[in-house]
Amino acid sequence: MNAISLLRTIALFLALTLGLASPAQAQVADAELTPLVDALAPGNFKDREAAIGVLVATGDPRVVPVLEVLLEGELYFDEASGKVVFTSEAGGEGTISDPATGAELPDLTEDGLDKVKVNNGLRRVLRTAIGQMTLLSEDPGVRLFAAQSILRDADPAQLELLDSAIAAETDASIRRVMEQARAAIILKTPDASVEDWQAAIPVVQAIGGRDALNTLTTALNTAPEAVKPLIQTAIDGLARDRAVWDVAQNVWFGISLGSVLLLAAIGLAITFGVMGVINMAHGEMVMLGAYTTFVVQEVIRQNFPGLFDWSLAIALPLAFLVTGLIGIAIERGVIRFLYGRPLETLLATWGLSLIIQQAVQRIFTANIREVGNPTWMSGSFELGGLAITWNRFYIVIFALMVFVALLLVLKYTAIGLHMRAVTQNRRMASAMGIRTPLVDAMTFGLGSGIAGLAGVALSQIGNVSPNLGQGYIIDSFMVVVFGGVGNLWGTLVGALTLGIANKFIEPYAGAVLGKIIILVLIILFIQRRPRGLFALKGRSIEA
Amino acid sequence: MITQALFRALDKKAIWIVAILLVVAIAVPMSNLMLPEGHPLRLPNYAVPLFGKYLTFAMLALALDLVWGYCGILSLGHGAFFAIGGYAMGMYLMRQIGTRGVYANPILPDFMVFLNWKELPWYWYGMDNFWIAMLMVVLVPGLLAFVFGFLAFRSRVTGVYLSIITQAMTYALLLAFFRNDMGFGGNNGLTDFKDILGQSISAPTTRAALFAASAIALAIAVLACSMIVNSKLGKVMVAVRDAESRTRFLGYRVEYVKLFAFVVSAIIAGIAGALYVPQVGIINPSEFDPANSIEVVIWTAVGGRGTIIGPIIGGILVNVGKSYFTGAFPEYWLFALGALFVVTTLFLPKGIVGLIGQYRAATTRREQHDRDAPTPMQVEAGADPQPKPAE
Repeated sequence: MNAISLLRTIALFLALTLGLASPAQAQVADAELTPLVDALAPGNFKDREAAIGVLVATGDPRVVPVLEVLLEGELYFDEASGKVVFTSEAGGEGTISDPATGAELPDLTEDGLDKVKVNNGLRRVLRTAIGQMTLLSEDPGVRLFAAQSILRDADPAQLELLDSAIAAETDASIRRVMEQARAAIILKTPDASVEDWQAAIPVVQAIGGRDALNTLTTALNTAPEAVKPLIQTAIDGLARDRAVWDVAQNVWFGISLGSVLLLAAIGLAITFGVMGVINMAHGEMVMLGAYTTFVVQEVIRQNFPGLFDWSLAIALPLAFLVTGLIGIAIERGVIRFLYGRPLETLLATWGLSLIIQQAVQRIFTANIREVGNPTWMSGSFELGGLAITWNRFYIVIFALMVFVALLLVLKYTAIGLHMRAVTQNRRMASAMGIRTPLVDAMTFGLGSGIAGLAGVALSQIGNVSPNLGQGYIIDSFMVVVFGGVGNLWGTLVGALTLGIANKFIEPYAGAVLGKIIILVLIILFIQRRPRGLFALKGRSIEA
Repeated sequence: MITQALFRALDKKAIWIVAILLVVAIAVPMSNLMLPEGHPLRLPNYAVPLFGKYLTFAMLALALDLVWGYCGILSLGHGAFFAIGGYAMGMYLMRQIGTRGVYANPILPDFMVFLNWKELPWYWYGMDNFWIAMLMVVLVPGLLAFVFGFLAFRSRVTGVYLSIITQAMTYALLLAFFRNDMGFGGNNGLTDFKDILGQSISAPTTRAALFAASAIALAIAVLACSMIVNSKLGKVMVAVRDAESRTRFLGYRVEYVKLFAFVVSAIIAGIAGALYVPQVGIINPSEFDPANSIEVVIWTAVGGRGTIIGPIIGGILVNVGKSYFTGAFPEYWLFALGALFVVTTLFLPKGIVGLIGQYRAATTRREQHDRDAPTPMQVEAGADPQPKPAE
């Protein structure tokens, strides 16, 4: 490592004494650069290390790609002439070009090429060298990236380089990252002065997060005695923050799970509320919604690739229609013959669920299908100490939108009024002229359609397979039973409570045991409130 | 009083069922063991445990019938009691393996050695004794049913809610038994049994004996159920099924009636599970799968609930069909099963047994029906002036 720091000093010395505003602006003639690049090929690893030093010293931006390619082990040289070259494809294939000029070299062939070998020591040298060149680059993006990577690695060898970069840096936000990186490095150098330590600790603490906590915890052992209490306070502060963020993260995961449960259960809740019917095929409606998304995406992929980001917008109404119509067909074809026999309905819909599952398996095979995320739904963003993925975020929003929309439909439309009337007292509603069979069909269609929407959402956070719905059905029942029927708020509260409770128990008990605990708690809860949290009051509900 | 009850039970059709079962219990093992190989009436070796399995399924269906058909409690978790009985038997059989296991540990079953356990968990103590194991077969499902039923019936959880929480119960048990640290072999369950009561479990004589035991156990279950449903208590059970509130207002403690039926039914299911395990040679957590428990409901429904013979016919028939279908056209079995659910609930509310009576009554009913005014629903559906929605 000494050799490198020596080389780096030379490089810096050269750069500074040449009086250039920034070494990155240095530009040497092609004719001068080429022999320096070619010097990478001959000799042993030590010679190569020296050659890298010389290349860095030029400060020429064209050196960076050469070093990067070398780091990947994809730099080649011509055995006959000793010329170092780029190849357009990995493995020394494709067209061959000159690293300095970028010009193609048609008279060289792939067969004559040999790899410029690197070992781990050299890779470390290369990383430092690249960091050095990029840290002083003209491009602020490159500098920021370099500063972040140094912050991550916190290699004490890069301290001097970083100091000079900080001095030259004009952009305040990049300088802040560089200073954080510097502070992180200081915490790794026990022989730094106490003042440096005292200055560095708050900077690292300000970075926050798990990494800062780790850096500080490691530093606690090597730090000078004088600053140890300071570090301990910083660690305590960070740990407190971390605990708060962990709770927040659990709440978020819980809300996310709760919104999925809400989507899956809300359709079940209205059919159960209005018709007193447990639809065991509800999970299959969710599954059909997911497969609708899959089919839409396949069609788009093959015919209109440009529309891919719109695939969900197209799939949503389609899924609603498909599953809604199937729901109405089930209601008209089977369920209406079973009125007043809720247990038989349960069995018949279970039979239907088996048939639908098997049919989907015949059509789409049992293989797991992957549904793609549109670009605006992939990736994640940070909110304080929370990492939130976009797909989960949009699903929470979507679930709430569906909930509000359904609430509005129930409250302000004629069919909603009829549904509420039938929920409260079927016979009275019928006597008032409400056509209960029509209400039943519409309710079943609506509930199934919402299940289809849930399927579109679920296809975004998992794979699609014929038994997708089975995984959600029991949880959805639990939500409905827990929340009570006849009131959508019960479903909302039930879903979110179960989601959050699940995620809070999980870290202590594990996922499976957590689920068991939740199930047992619900079974016990039902003893206390046999009709759920928000039970309908009135005589009609008494058996 | 007991003899009186027994006579009352026997003077019904039950005597025929018991007689047939006893004949089967003797004839099947004899045909397998006494007749020479190749004799047209000789039952092949593989068929004996297969038929034995059907009998245990029939017993499970009968157990469900007692609560559903006679007491109106649709349990979607009866597979759990069956599986618990099976696990109790499995534990006994595991302990019988002794040093013949892969790790040759005299006390610990293989999977515990594999998990690096040093001692037997407390609930495995005594399970090497057949009679203690048999006590557990009865006691554990009975106790679970008692606690669960006591809580549920006391707070008047009924109908669909009860079905859902019984399903939650078996689902929770499914998840629990999948865990390795439960001490029941995780998702592999208990298997590789060697012998039962000192006899090799795969010997034809043992299998014949197990078959006979299953048939006799089923006969006893039939007698017990027949006794119950023909007693005064049985009448109250039916009353609870048909009008729960009214029965309560008449002064009956509905919750205790239900609790009694539920516990007896769980015990019968547990015994069926215990007979099932040595005949199929394995018990694993998939027996707790809620889907299995729902399948039991369809056996009962197909045969005819609210009768003693119905669930036995249904349990055997559906499972024979399943064996045939999964062998001949495996991809259509779930279609057939699904269709069975729909067709039975729509067209055979009383099952196969009810079909005969239904058919007999059909002519008279049709005449009556023509004279009756159409129901309001038919008026609406028939005279609907507006176009049907969403078509």
